Amino acid sequence: MSVTQLGMPAIGVPRKGFFTDTSLCIGCKACEVACKEWNSVPADTSMQLTGESFDNTSALGADTWRHVAFIEQKVPATDPSAHDGVKWLMSSDVCKHCTNAACLDVCPTGALFRTEHGTVVVQQDVCNGCGYCVSACPYGVIDQRKEDGRVFKCTMCYDRLGAGEEPACAKACPTKSIQYGELDELRARADARLEELHERGEEGARLYGRDPDDGVGGDGAFFLLLDEPETYGLPPDPVVTTRDLPAMWKRAAGAAAGMLVGAAVIFWGGRK
Amino acid sequence: MSPRRQRNEEFTSYYGRPILKQPTWHALDIAGYIFAGGLAAASSMLGAGAQHSGRPALERSAKLTALTAISASVVALVHDLGRPERFVNMLRVAKPTSPMSVGSWILSVYGPLAGASALSNLTGVLPRAGRAAGVGAAVAGSAVATYTAVLLADTAVPTWHDAHEVLPFVFAGSAAASAGGVAAALSPVVQAGPARRMAVGGAVLETVMSLKMERSGNLSTETLHQGRAGTLLRLSKACTVGGAVGLALGGRHSRLVSAVSGASVAAGSALLRFGIFEAGKASTIDPKYVVVPQRERLEAREAAAAPAVSTQAPAK
Repeated sequence: MSVTQLGMPAIGVPRKGFFTDTSLCIGCKACEVACKEWNSVPADTSMQLTGESFDNTSALGADTWRHVAFIEQKVPATDPSAHDGVKWLMSSDVCKHCTNAACLDVCPTGALFRTEHGTVVVQQDVCNGCGYCVSACPYGVIDQRKEDGRVFKCTMCYDRLGAGEEPACAKACPTKSIQYGELDELRARADARLEELHERGEEGARLYGRDPDDGVGGDGAFFLLLDEPETYGLPPDPVVTTRDLPAMWKRAAGAAAGMLVGAAVIFWGGRK
Repeated sequence: MSPRRQRNEEFTSYYGRPILKQPTWHALDIAGYIFAGGLAAASSMLGAGAQHSGRPALERSAKLTALTAISASVVALVHDLGRPERFVNMLRVAKPTSPMSVGSWILSVYGPLAGASALSNLTGVLPRAGRAAGVGAAVAGSAVATYTAVLLADTAVPTWHDAHEVLPFVFAGSAAASAGGVAAALSPVVQAGPARRMAVGGAVLETVMSLKMERSGNLSTETLHQGRAGTLLRLSKACTVGGAVGLALGGRHSRLVSAVSGASVAAGSALLRFGIFEAGKASTIDPKYVVVPQRERLEAREAAAAPAVSTQAPAK
């Protein structure tokens, strides 16, 4: 059990989310561009090539709220005389908007909060740049903008949602790899898509972050992947760190009490 | 889980890139804060004991140490913020789910008590209130010395989170060792008996609990033995054990032995905090500390869910 204080809103709009179906991603990066444009996210690096396929963005961060991963895999030729083939896995990663969000739990100022859409957003006028959320996130999503001091991440386009629009990345996606909507509906859609892919013989297809009983209580932004999560740079079985927090506080209380008893003993124990 | 068990560390990462973000915290600020906070907290315990057992010189040095250390640690904490001018935002909410929020409130109780107690002792103004503040600082200090373990453990940083069961005891021992060591170094030997006992007792707890942490069998404990963290922690043990032996054998007879040994125990405590800090950082850089234990957990769960299936997972 998490000890998330600000859980899902009990009333109001149904929880919104992303379903990113990576089997449909063509690696166009329109989502990255649309996100940067809409949210005025600054450039994160000087122009440089990583040599890692078509990915020169590398990871999510304070200045990258959508990141398209490119994985090149060898496909061994079935005919010994033929050459091996290559296949690409492409996936647009994003903040998971966890049900039990560690960043939100540990934020000491209340800058991170749960919106009426069930998403997790940083209030930039409150954040004091303590950096605790950065170390708490099990996905390595949120980060500090060094020159600014505060932390930044995907807001699921909070401003657009309020106006009844879909987030910029989903709007820009030309293949419906990024789907936005009510989470329950997206989950049903994802289950049907998974079944379809399995029937077609795509054995590696799996849903990631869809299960409401996983270590973070399910992701508000979940994925259909075609290989192991770690291949995409995702943790295979993330757990919200605050799940163990009650046990930690008990241990600390025990240690604190022990210190006080110890201090009394060294003054008055066994001698006048 | 046996530490010697062979692990399957083979997995495909994303170009070897880290999964987690590195802590934004600076070692000098945060490891320094944790050391100074522990030193202040346990010094307040010594100060309170000394004020009620007729040891004025020990009381004076312990209370001044507490005030100096807690002042330095608050400066370090504020300095580490991305927006230091927004420090007071820490006090706009009280969240038990955030150890940093809890810590801010603990410090805002402890700091004034430690300060009042030290100022009263120095100036002689309001002695009864000063002593009451001293007792209050000792009690609040027990929280200052131990909550920092929860602060580090309540993260996704593998080395810190994996240590969450022992870390409060490591830090409690380390805080006691540092305060005892500093007080033994600064006080006349005739009054410093409790300081020596605190230093030796703290050093024993710190060392035993550190060894327990290092041998828990978690993959992340590798980071406590390797690189910069490994060096810092080995140095820490040498300083702590050497200083504790010196205090136990010669602290009663010689002010010089007391001073050198006490400083050595305190240095061991500081090195421990920096070592644990660096080890945590290292565990966020290599994705294997995230992937391998999580895969093991996942596979154990799948094995438990489907015990009848005996076939191996596909080799690809």
